[in-house]
Amino acid sequence: MFEYAPAPESREIVDLRPSYGLFIDGEFTEGSGPAFKTVNPATEETLAEVACASADDVDRAVRAARKAFGGWSGLPGSERAKYLFRIARIIQERARELAVLESLDNGKPIRESRDVDLPLVAAHFFYYAGWADKLQYAGFGTKPLGVAGQVIPWNFPLLMLAWKVAPALACGNTVVLKPAETTPLTALLFADICRQAELPPGVVNIVTGAGETGAAVVAHPEVDKVAFTGSTEVGRLIARTVAGTGKKVTLELGGKAANIVFDDAPIDQAVEGIVNGIFFNQGHVCCAGSRLLVQESVQEELLAALKRRLGTLRLGDPLDKNTDIGAINSAEQLARIRSLSETGESEGAERWSPACELPERGFWFPPTLFTGVAQSHTIAREEIFGPVLSVLTFRTPAEAVEKANNTPYGLSAGVWTEKGSRILWMAERLRAGVVWANTFNKFDPASPFGGYKESGYGREGGLHGLEAYLDV
Amino acid sequence: MSDRRVSVRKTYKLFIGGAFPRSESGRSYPVTRTEHAARASRKDARDAVVAARKAFPGWSGATAYNRGQILYRVAEMLEGRRAQFADELGGPRKQALEQVDAAVDRLVWYAGWSDKIAAVRGTANPVASPYLNLSSPEPVGVVAVVAPADPLLGLVSAVAPVIVTGNTCVVVAAERAPLPAITFAEVLATSDLPGGVVNILTGHQAELAPWLAAHMDVNGLDLTGVTTPEQALACERAATENFKRVLTAAEDRGTRRMTAFMETKTVWHPAGI
Repeated sequence: MFEYAPAPESREIVDLRPSYGLFIDGEFTEGSGPAFKTVNPATEETLAEVACASADDVDRAVRAARKAFGGWSGLPGSERAKYLFRIARIIQERARELAVLESLDNGKPIRESRDVDLPLVAAHFFYYAGWADKLQYAGFGTKPLGVAGQVIPWNFPLLMLAWKVAPALACGNTVVLKPAETTPLTALLFADICRQAELPPGVVNIVTGAGETGAAVVAHPEVDKVAFTGSTEVGRLIARTVAGTGKKVTLELGGKAANIVFDDAPIDQAVEGIVNGIFFNQGHVCCAGSRLLVQESVQEELLAALKRRLGTLRLGDPLDKNTDIGAINSAEQLARIRSLSETGESEGAERWSPACELPERGFWFPPTLFTGVAQSHTIAREEIFGPVLSVLTFRTPAEAVEKANNTPYGLSAGVWTEKGSRILWMAERLRAGVVWANTFNKFDPASPFGGYKESGYGREGGLHGLEAYLDV
Repeated sequence: MSDRRVSVRKTYKLFIGGAFPRSESGRSYPVTRTEHAARASRKDARDAVVAARKAFPGWSGATAYNRGQILYRVAEMLEGRRAQFADELGGPRKQALEQVDAAVDRLVWYAGWSDKIAAVRGTANPVASPYLNLSSPEPVGVVAVVAPADPLLGLVSAVAPVIVTGNTCVVVAAERAPLPAITFAEVLATSDLPGGVVNILTGHQAELAPWLAAHMDVNGLDLTGVTTPEQALACERAATENFKRVLTAAEDRGTRRMTAFMETKTVWHPAGI
């Protein structure tokens, strides 16, 4: 093993203010709820104080969005497109600033926020900008829905914002967006970008707060469309709130994806795919490959290679350019990962982590794998949303399919084999919205993303992503 | 007196897994002065879901061409029983025949969609990395259909789009006029449609729909035929428990009735040497 000298990215580029307000009708305003603090999960230092939107503030934001809707939807698509292109360009120009802020607030490695999140954010705005004046060719009509209420999670704060805001605006809707309470800062910087782009006031409104704020957005009678990314549990509450109201809903919820490795797969490539599948973004990924299904005949060889590889992962300062694994986003999430891992042990699975020094301050969890996992084990059924991999085995392709589909979720799946016909056979049978064959965790604005079964409704991205924001 | 033959009447039963059982509850309810229909219980509803689930892999795995052929065959069989259905529908003869003809034509229309919907709804996605990336629509699974009051055309218009894409279904027939639905089951049973692809329950909507809406092995719910707003709301709420795909309005525009019960699957594969 080589020793690496620290290579931290400078945080100078970010101009953190001590406190932030809500962004309503083009202005930053006070919130009437109790302000809350957002912390750097890698150090537990307070980054800023953030306003909390009460139901009244949400109402104000929805009214601003409603007022802006006529003008925004009445603009020719080609003009709306130019605002979105402007936003995309500003995001590219301020990408470093946004990436550092994202890593500070979320705890993800700068290598990921810089090389994955930010390029995808800009690409998403570019992609949907191009649709704004071409909606008549997509097959969903051209009529926007009105005001979109959007609630997003903390795992990819700015990317989830882009997935929600870009198609909504391209189709002519206006937006009230609530970022997650542990990661509000990049959304507020995005508000500043909207101002910089001279986006008409009220087209994008950002209300920060916790669950109550989100519930107020979802339940507001003037909201025509609800889009949510987060846990299946909260998604179910939202679906129930919205049932019968005629509001259109898209939900992108949990997952427990199987990553299936056949005996003919190139072991080194598969190991990279497994690592990327579950340890990317500390495993805070709804489509993470959290269940490794390995063909029995190569189990030993694969696990040995995997353990070797895990020994080389570098955990630590998210702003260090060499870091592979950053901080767990919050104390609450860390507690959940710990508790589910303890359940894994108590139910009889065998736990393993590489030798790995955890920083003293902050929220950290080492890359972990469990072997001897049965399908009935909690860690094979429940989403852990952390760097924890459950390893199961299979003998035949049919058994692999059976086990992979044995979950209420259906967001993603991975297949590793050199045999083309087997890939297609597997892909046909896996009940999941995204199937990665000989790859994992790849995303693109042109590619639809979303789940079967309890992983949610609707698709985001690609042509299919337009359907969610048009009155079909 | 003795030269008048006494007719042999039909007992209208349920249609589950390709068979025609009575309700396990032993109940029936009067439909006309002389005819009763089986009054299905929630146990019958559960049995029907089991039959639909069992039929799903085979039916969704059949080629689109084969599913199209079978739907076309259903249309042929229905055409052959034109007079029988007109009798059963009752009312003015001309209108009854028009209804049957419309049902036949609708089956033919949907039959042709079997191998075209993927071309219309699928996409090849030009991603910014060296990958082949394709999205294609797939059937959602088992769909519960509360059929509209229109006893034949309503039923056919709800069932054909659900099954042509590869779903299987459990149908609650129109409560007041359930008999054509059971006769339609005879058409299905003689059309090479595998048993269990369509299961038809007759009985009380209020007794059956909520159980299907809450059933955890049902993936989609067509509430077109629900008669009261309270029932529709209750079913819609119950459906959220496992995130069933729900169709509420009597939408008959374009491909909507098919796409409401389809999922989009996107497959990535690296391109390289």
